[in-house]
Amino acid sequence: MSDIKKIKNEYLNKLDSDLNVEGVNLIKTELFGKNGQISNYFKKLGSLPNDERKKFASDLNSIKEELQDKINSKIQEIETKEINSKLENEKVDVTLPEREINQGKIHPVSQVIDEISSIFSEIGFSVEEGPDIENEHYNFSALNTPDDHPARDMHDTFYLDDNKELLLRTHTSPVQIRTMLNGQPPFKIIAPGRTYRSDSDQTHSPMFHQVEGLHIDKEINMGHLKGCLNYFIKSFFEVDKIKMRFRPSHFPFTEPSAEVDIGYELKDGKIVIGEGDKWLEILGCGMVHPNVLKNVKVNPDKYQGYAFGIGIDRLGMLKYGINDLRAFFETDYRWLNHFGFDPLDVPSNYRGLSR
Amino acid sequence: MKFTINWLKDHLDTKKNDNELIEKLTDVGLEVESFENLNSDLDNFKVAKIINVQQHPNADRLRVCDVDIGHQDTIKVVCGAPNAKKDLFTVYAGPGSIIPKNNMKLTVSKIRGVTSYGMLCSESELNLSNESDGITELKSNEYSDKIGKNFFKNTSEKVVDLSITPNRPDCLGVRGVARDLVAAGAGKLKNISSKNIIKNGSQKIKVSIIKDKNQGCTIFGSCLIEGLTNKESPKWLKEKIKSLGQKPISAIVDITNYVMFDLNRPLHAYDADKIDEEIIVRNSKKGETFEALDNKKYKLNDDMCVISDKSGVLGLGGIIGGTRSSTEINTKNILLESAYFLPRSIRKTSKLLNIDTDAKFRFERGIDPQSIEIGLTKAAQLITEICGGKISKFDIQKTQKQEKNKIKFNISLFEKITGFKVKDKEVIEILTNLGFEISKKKLDLDLKIPTWRPDITQPIDIVEEIARIKGYSNIETLEPEKTRIKDTLNKQQKLFHFLQRSVASKGYFETVTWSFTDSKINNLFKENLKEIKIVNPISSDLNVLRNSIFSNLTFYLKKNLDRGFKDISLFEIGPIFKDRKPGEQLTVIGAVKSGKVSRLNWNEKDRPVDVFDVKKDAIQTLVETGYNRQRFFIRDKSPNYYHPGKSGSVYLDKDDLEPIAYFGEIHPNIVKKLDIKTEGLVGFEIYLDYLKDHKIKLKDQKSNFEYSDYQKSERDFAFVVDKNYKAQDLIAIISSIDKNLIRSIKIFDVYEGEKIPNDKKSIAINVTIQSSQKTLEESDLEKINKLIITTVESKSGAKIRS
Repeated sequence: MSDIKKIKNEYLNKLDSDLNVEGVNLIKTELFGKNGQISNYFKKLGSLPNDERKKFASDLNSIKEELQDKINSKIQEIETKEINSKLENEKVDVTLPEREINQGKIHPVSQVIDEISSIFSEIGFSVEEGPDIENEHYNFSALNTPDDHPARDMHDTFYLDDNKELLLRTHTSPVQIRTMLNGQPPFKIIAPGRTYRSDSDQTHSPMFHQVEGLHIDKEINMGHLKGCLNYFIKSFFEVDKIKMRFRPSHFPFTEPSAEVDIGYELKDGKIVIGEGDKWLEILGCGMVHPNVLKNVKVNPDKYQGYAFGIGIDRLGMLKYGINDLRAFFETDYRWLNHFGFDPLDVPSNYRGLSR
Repeated sequence: MKFTINWLKDHLDTKKNDNELIEKLTDVGLEVESFENLNSDLDNFKVAKIINVQQHPNADRLRVCDVDIGHQDTIKVVCGAPNAKKDLFTVYAGPGSIIPKNNMKLTVSKIRGVTSYGMLCSESELNLSNESDGITELKSNEYSDKIGKNFFKNTSEKVVDLSITPNRPDCLGVRGVARDLVAAGAGKLKNISSKNIIKNGSQKIKVSIIKDKNQGCTIFGSCLIEGLTNKESPKWLKEKIKSLGQKPISAIVDITNYVMFDLNRPLHAYDADKIDEEIIVRNSKKGETFEALDNKKYKLNDDMCVISDKSGVLGLGGIIGGTRSSTEINTKNILLESAYFLPRSIRKTSKLLNIDTDAKFRFERGIDPQSIEIGLTKAAQLITEICGGKISKFDIQKTQKQEKNKIKFNISLFEKITGFKVKDKEVIEILTNLGFEISKKKLDLDLKIPTWRPDITQPIDIVEEIARIKGYSNIETLEPEKTRIKDTLNKQQKLFHFLQRSVASKGYFETVTWSFTDSKINNLFKENLKEIKIVNPISSDLNVLRNSIFSNLTFYLKKNLDRGFKDISLFEIGPIFKDRKPGEQLTVIGAVKSGKVSRLNWNEKDRPVDVFDVKKDAIQTLVETGYNRQRFFIRDKSPNYYHPGKSGSVYLDKDDLEPIAYFGEIHPNIVKKLDIKTEGLVGFEIYLDYLKDHKIKLKDQKSNFEYSDYQKSERDFAFVVDKNYKAQDLIAIISSIDKNLIRSIKIFDVYEGEKIPNDKKSIAINVTIQSSQKTLEESDLEKINKLIITTVESKSGAKIRS
């Protein structure tokens, strides 16, 4: 018995000394290998008398366990030490730049269209579209703007044929016509899209964007129109209060017609919407002209309602402080990066229009 | 439409101040563009200070002065005045100024080799005194804080500039504006002062309106004024003409213009002695010519309404007069015309000949046919007052009777449309003030429409009249209802929205470019589509509708490369055009990528962008959109603007006829033609219209969740195949061998070169094998192994590489 205790103490001491993994394995073989010291004692067990054997076996087992634990913890200790010393040499400069991710951008016009759609979705409008190429009828005549109407001169039209039959739509209003011809009232739609006029200077671009609105039902009057636009403008500019003014105006396809101004003030050279005593014209609207309803086979004695048209690019310019309309379409990488939006910033009702 | 407030007060008796009137104008729908002082010639004369004086290098008597005119920098003025000296305050006139004494207009000029910007003025030049020896000397204590300010006080009246909508010709005259203001409660309409004019004798020049087809003239009123002396207009008239922004010419011309702007009644004065016998109003014949007052010769078509005499065309009725019969300062006898021309006729002729005049603008919108005599009376009266002469009786030729249009108006319509109520009494008052004649029958009003309002034809127009005069501020703001009739977005719109953000999330900047493009660039990308020309393009390099988004994208990519950017990713989602009828367009995503990946990167090696970069972006976008990658089929066919060997097309399914996307390197010839300098140029296109609806929707219940925890095994193979053999086919063969056991197939190497025949390549594949029923034994694996090799070898002609 004392022999094995001696062995135990001897090896425990050995294991406390500075060893590497090989050293520990050597000890392991010396103790538990085929002819290991502890193994040999186990072999002797059979030759011991019964009464001694039990006690000896128990002692031997506990010593074996103790030594094995010691060996395991020693190995672990060595490994940890080895890893730690290895890590000392593995330090990197974490201030070096991360691997590149190229962030994409959404064009402000697209973002604004999504914002507009989200706002109108909340009050029950659905989105309709129409072709960029229109014929004379949908773009003008059906909208109560016959050929000899001077209002046509206000639209500098791009034509695709010499008969002036095919053209690039000058406004999104033909979508009204297409929508009403293809369905039955009530109608409650917006129609954002590209529009074209052969006009090009600092404040005009030959292509720009409009959103058309149309709500036709049995009892829709100018009060609903005002309420709808008031709701939209407030939501779009994300302000609680808005100053809005309806001014009588004229569009052949609405009667009565109005232009809408919103109040603003200049702060540090930027336009701030909502307060202030200056007026800014932002859209045209009115009650859909009975002639238009007749043209699309809707009975004007039964149905009535409003329509409006808003310049999308201009709304974006106002909201996001963009000065130059033409820059929208010039694909300057710096501009797109500066004014563009992260694709994850999806305007929505529940999350809000913007971050 | 321009006028002064005082002119307005010729017709309006009002207690309102200027600002109240301006506000009222806006409220009734007459949009005020501006209300400002007319730019006076005298505004060009500024208080200035001489900062420095130097001798002129080439002239003994001239000096060169540095003058402070309140700008950041001083300017150089050459001056001959002996009193020009440093620190003198004086009066400076810039280029463009007109010197009051001699009406000379100043320009920037070189005086003996030194450029002089404007001049320093003497008192005599400014008509202040006769002092002409030297420049004006101003007292420094009075003017030291006025440098750069106007020397003369602007005494001109403020001018109102209205933007009149095309439906309101009546407001193209000051009286019409006044009438609207009266209806809106701004005051009372003054009567037109009609001193009795004495009309003696008949109008001796015979006038006839020929009954031609579509005759554009229905009334021709005229009178002769004989024995007058044409002269410069009196001051009051000149002021009025100037306030319109026009130049006074002579009393006769100024008076006809004045009456046009005052009463919206265009007139024309002919020199009666130049008329050959009689006036014939007729349709023109093709080829007839005449010289108009704008000094241009016009060649006429058939059926334009002309005023002619025995010798030929005198003028285009209602549009422009001719030089042959024009009045001059020595004109003695005139024929004054006051006529009615049909808007349609005016519009057609003026469009064809491209003429725009104040008269045309008015007739085109509709002139009051009953203003013929009022106009003649007012003009004749003014002419005889100023120029003397005797007025003949009026001659009025008419081809049809003028009757007032009538409308029945049910008052309840007003509230139905506007949502607010106006008392019947007030409705009647408003309409009466606007010139309507009313008789009331219970709820209906029988209305006679004033002849100056051609825009009013039906009850809804009456609603607008009442609403605008009463004020749009009375319209309530009703909370919007939130009822929805239809989903906000349809399937295609959702797709658009999703794809747009999906592509952007891969590092592309979205751009929006014009739907038109340069035909020269478009030709490179139009493949087999038709060119769609714009008849009247904004410029010759934007002359066709785009057949592909790539034309604009590559154009702008080049611009950005030229700006110094190298690694650019751009995309646009929008229309391309197949043909020129409505609807013959497709919605397409076009994306381009240039330069390198990992340029100047400290931990990754850079490489040019290549076809697999854009393939990844295109495929991943489609996968995110919900399409099954496993079913995609790639063909190596693509449009001719791609590199023929490094491009492909994507089909949602092997059996589909139309590809939904293309990807690849842009054809090197195109890159060269467009002079694009970059290490690599690749792109992809996705056609939204060809994307089919998903069979399995996100809202559907998902299939059962099944998985296997049995051991997976991986095996590697290398097959030597023909160089043209497609990896896609190899994968298809292997995956079809045992769908239950073969879980995934990955190509991890493609090798050509040493140890491989020239016409072959080696494809190394890793196959994952796993059963869902048991742990596979070595023998099972060996079996599937062998099956893979034999099947691939027999179906593809490949050889396993040992």
